[in-house]
Amino acid sequence: MSDVIDRPILAEEVAAQSRLRIIDCDVHPSIRAHADIEQFLPKRWQEHLRTYGSHLRTPYIGTTPYPRSSPLIARRDAWPPTGGPPGSDLDFMRKQHLDPLDIEYGILQVLDLFIFSQQNLEFGAAIQRAINDWQLAFWSDRDPRLKASILAGQDDTTFAIAEIERCAKIGRYVQINVCPRANEPLGRRRYWPIYARAQELGLPLGIHVGGYGGHAPTGGGWPSYYVEEHQSNAHTMAAQLTSLVLEGVPERFPNLKIVFIEGGFGWIPSATWRMDRHFDAFRSEVPHLKRRPSEYVKQQFWFTTQPIDEPDEAKHLRSLIEWVGADRLLFSSDYPHWDFDDPRYAFKTPLTETERRKIFNGNARALYKL
Amino acid sequence: MARHIVARTSDIPLGGNKVFGVEGRDIVVFHVNGEFFALLNRCPHEGAPLEKAACVARLTSPEPGVYQRSRVGELLRCPWHGWEFDMRNGQSYFDPKRVKVRSYPVAVESGEELQKGPYVAETFPVRVEDSYVIVEV
Ligand code: FES
Repeated sequence: MSDVIDRPILAEEVAAQSRLRIIDCDVHPSIRAHADIEQFLPKRWQEHLRTYGSHLRTPYIGTTPYPRSSPLIARRDAWPPTGGPPGSDLDFMRKQHLDPLDIEYGILQVLDLFIFSQQNLEFGAAIQRAINDWQLAFWSDRDPRLKASILAGQDDTTFAIAEIERCAKIGRYVQINVCPRANEPLGRRRYWPIYARAQELGLPLGIHVGGYGGHAPTGGGWPSYYVEEHQSNAHTMAAQLTSLVLEGVPERFPNLKIVFIEGGFGWIPSATWRMDRHFDAFRSEVPHLKRRPSEYVKQQFWFTTQPIDEPDEAKHLRSLIEWVGADRLLFSSDYPHWDFDDPRYAFKTPLTETERRKIFNGNARALYKL
Repeated sequence: MARHIVARTSDIPLGGNKVFGVEGRDIVVFHVNGEFFALLNRCPHEGAPLEKAACVARLTSPEPGVYQRSRVGELLRCPWHGWEFDMRNGQSYFDPKRVKVRSYPVAVESGEELQKGPYVAETFPVRVEDSYVIVEV
């Protein structure tokens, strides 16, 4: 098979590998049938869902604005033989993903029902609650490898805090997920009560890309093609990192841990270099910052690896990993989506044993206290 | 290279494919527009199973707003990240120099020819009216 992609370094890498179980920080379960979720929704909201459906903060009702590459953005081989959408059948997920790739833990990231984009905040909160319960009942209870995140949309902080408290009491969630495209940039003070609570509880704040807020996905407006929209995930992450750092969230909450999920990591160096340079010039505008932006980035932020950047030359990926820091990166596959990364082949550059241990397991184990 | 009889032509429906284990490799044989193509069942990018690939046409655009389809069904679109490969030779369309799926020569021969040749296989119920798909590995 040496005539497949020219990747001589990988052989060395495989030879050097000792057994390492993988912590996958981005696994997408889906709802198999509406009835599964309805049992966790109060009657009032079940009727609302049936009568009115979803109403989103985007101009596209009941659909996504772009074709998303493949049906339900899924790998073509991830449709369960038993029917239902990709990611909805635990047995098939075990057989196709968790077992063969030796996943020690998978952190669940639910995207169904446009959880964070509901225009009706109360309905959105009810769905988030229902999905939080469903994650335990349908996934974590049935497979202890799968860890749930508390979904709490931040545009009504009162609802969010109430939900965080409720779930934190249950004690089985490893992270608090908020909307990546909220009504305002994530650093704004209206969201700080959530950050305060996350810090007190010692739960990382997860920000998973995707979905739509009320704003166009790029700073330039609504693009024409999915390929452009997909590219904008990185800009959104860069904008949110900038907002969080410059508005002073890590300064104000020094023990808060923030995880950017599914945004890749290639954009981090330039975003951070630029912030540092601007900070040197404009520090008097943001005197609440006591340190340079890069210091906050290197201490309080983590980034999942998928979709991994694939420069033509492996050494460029190498420098990227070195600059961002192997202790900032968390492996993620994005199973079962079309841009899934296979932990065996995704890094097209060799990693040292220490780097592998950190990226594929150690960092996530420490961060999520697994 | 040894020749292996892998199937009867009728075993692989038109527009479909089938995977065969040949000399320890998973080889996927496609049946497109009456022709057969054999490739390693593994995408050179991250290893996706090509049996799940979409068989698509080559879509080109000489200028904005003008689209042309050709070679309908002869291009494989990987089931994961969508890289496209030419079924005829495994070549990729985006980086043909570096990225390639291993392809294997395939022939179709009638049972009659096979009976005469070195392939009178006791293990194969050769009926002369059938044609067989032969992959060279
Ligand atoms: S595995 Fe085939 S394109 Fe990535």
